[in-house]
Amino acid sequence: MKLITAIIKPFKLDDVREALSEIGVEGLTISEVKGFGRQKGHTELYRGAEYSVDFLPKVKIEIGINDDLVERTIETIVDAARTGKIGDGKIFVTNLESTIRIRTGETDNEAL
Amino acid sequence: MFKIVLFSLLSLFSFTSFAGEAELNSANTAWILTSTALVLLMTLPGLALFYGGLVRRKNILSVLMQCFAIAGISSVLWLLVGYSLAFGEGNAWIGDFSKVLMVGVTKETLSGDIPESLFMLFQMTFAVITPALIIGAFAERMKFSAVVIFSGLWLLAVYSPVTHWVWGGGWLGQMGLYDYAGGTVVHITAGVAALVAAVVLGPRKGFPKTPMMPHNLTMTVTGAGLLWVGWFGFNGGSALAANGDAAMAMLVTHISASMGALTWAAIEWKKFGKASVLGAVTGMVAGLGTITPASGFVGPGGALVIGLLAGFVCFYSTVYIKQKLKIDDSLDVFPVHGVGGILGTLLAGIFSSAELGAFSGYGFADGISTMTEQVMVQLTGIGATIVYTAVVSYILFKIVAVMTNGLRVSEEQEVTGLDLNEHDESGYNL
Repeated sequence: MKLITAIIKPFKLDDVREALSEIGVEGLTISEVKGFGRQKGHTELYRGAEYSVDFLPKVKIEIGINDDLVERTIETIVDAARTGKIGDGKIFVTNLESTIRIRTGETDNEAL
Repeated sequence: MFKIVLFSLLSLFSFTSFAGEAELNSANTAWILTSTALVLLMTLPGLALFYGGLVRRKNILSVLMQCFAIAGISSVLWLLVGYSLAFGEGNAWIGDFSKVLMVGVTKETLSGDIPESLFMLFQMTFAVITPALIIGAFAERMKFSAVVIFSGLWLLAVYSPVTHWVWGGGWLGQMGLYDYAGGTVVHITAGVAALVAAVVLGPRKGFPKTPMMPHNLTMTVTGAGLLWVGWFGFNGGSALAANGDAAMAMLVTHISASMGALTWAAIEWKKFGKASVLGAVTGMVAGLGTITPASGFVGPGGALVIGLLAGFVCFYSTVYIKQKLKIDDSLDVFPVHGVGGILGTLLAGIFSSAELGAFSGYGFADGISTMTEQVMVQLTGIGATIVYTAVVSYILFKIVAVMTNGLRVSEEQEVTGLDLNEHDESGYNL
């Protein structure tokens, strides 16, 4: 089992969610986050005064997934979230020790 | 037959007995009642929201509270003594104590052809918004106690006397100063006091390096919209009558606001590539403040030019004061209201001329025949108001600083916000 954490551009969220549904990903968690990478921040202007904003809004997607689906999931996210411009985001993959479904007590692959 | 003779005699008698006195005019009274409500709407909630959206989230309540507190303080002081100092007969410099607590004023007492209670109330709403405008300069760092004391003292020491000079029969009014609805009385006094406040208090912690962005521009635009509508009462009501003067004042007010908004937005579009919402509403307020002294004296053509100049001059003043001089007049009160008031008072002397073709106004003050003469009077009014306001406001800040053991909250309180530290509340518990 892996935990896939993807940081993507907010406007790509719907595309990513739809693409993931099509390949059989049955659940995910998202949060609105802020951060910066190579894109850095942006500037805002108020009454002619320029302010630089260091952190840009992004969406973080977290998916717990069976090993056999990991590669396809990653490919799908990359395809759906890519614009080719700086700031498209990143995907982190980490090992997942165990998973428990709260309602039934099922564990690991059955719980995903 | 006897009845007819008696009736004729009575009517003759009543005619002679009333010939010397003004009668209440219901149409005028109705319009000023309406205008009074409109002008109060400018402060509550117009200005409160306009300013509230511009500060950071941790200080939203402090700004709303200051607006509400000043509404209360100014109203009570106006009844107690402010109105009397402004509109009591007095001398050329200040009124007197003859109207303290409105003694002797009944429901029947008239001021012109409207009830004096209404005139006093209409003027009270001006006395509310003027000190409230100053809040923008010391926002996010001044102690609430200092705000309360300063605002009260300032109303009596600056606002009331200057009002007397211009509208209460004082020396500037006698000289023929054209200030229809408060270019000197409201906008220059508030703007100059704001600049003094910014200098005396010093900048907010982190200024100008730390970004201090408006926390809710939606709120600011809502407030700006209320200001625009309320200004119809501010300028239109200053005719003190429901007539052509009021209608023309309202028309030129609207045109100047529109031009101010368009101009400011256009400058930004050209200079920075985008027209901003905050720019548009700030230009609108600049257009409104600038037309205020001129509103009853100029025509729509003049208003177009006044609005255009308001957008230009106030935009560059804002950039100059904040970014070049690095004075933290936090919400830009001086460059928008002070500069707008100065510009408008000056332009009232020019565009009141009846000889400018499509840009003509309605003529100079009684006894003034040339533009030079009118402009000199305008400059005298501007200069006197600036100097008097600056000196007295400075002294008041120094006095209040002693009374409140410093004007500013502690650095820690400033960082965590005035809402929690000064009011034990927070604006957003979402």
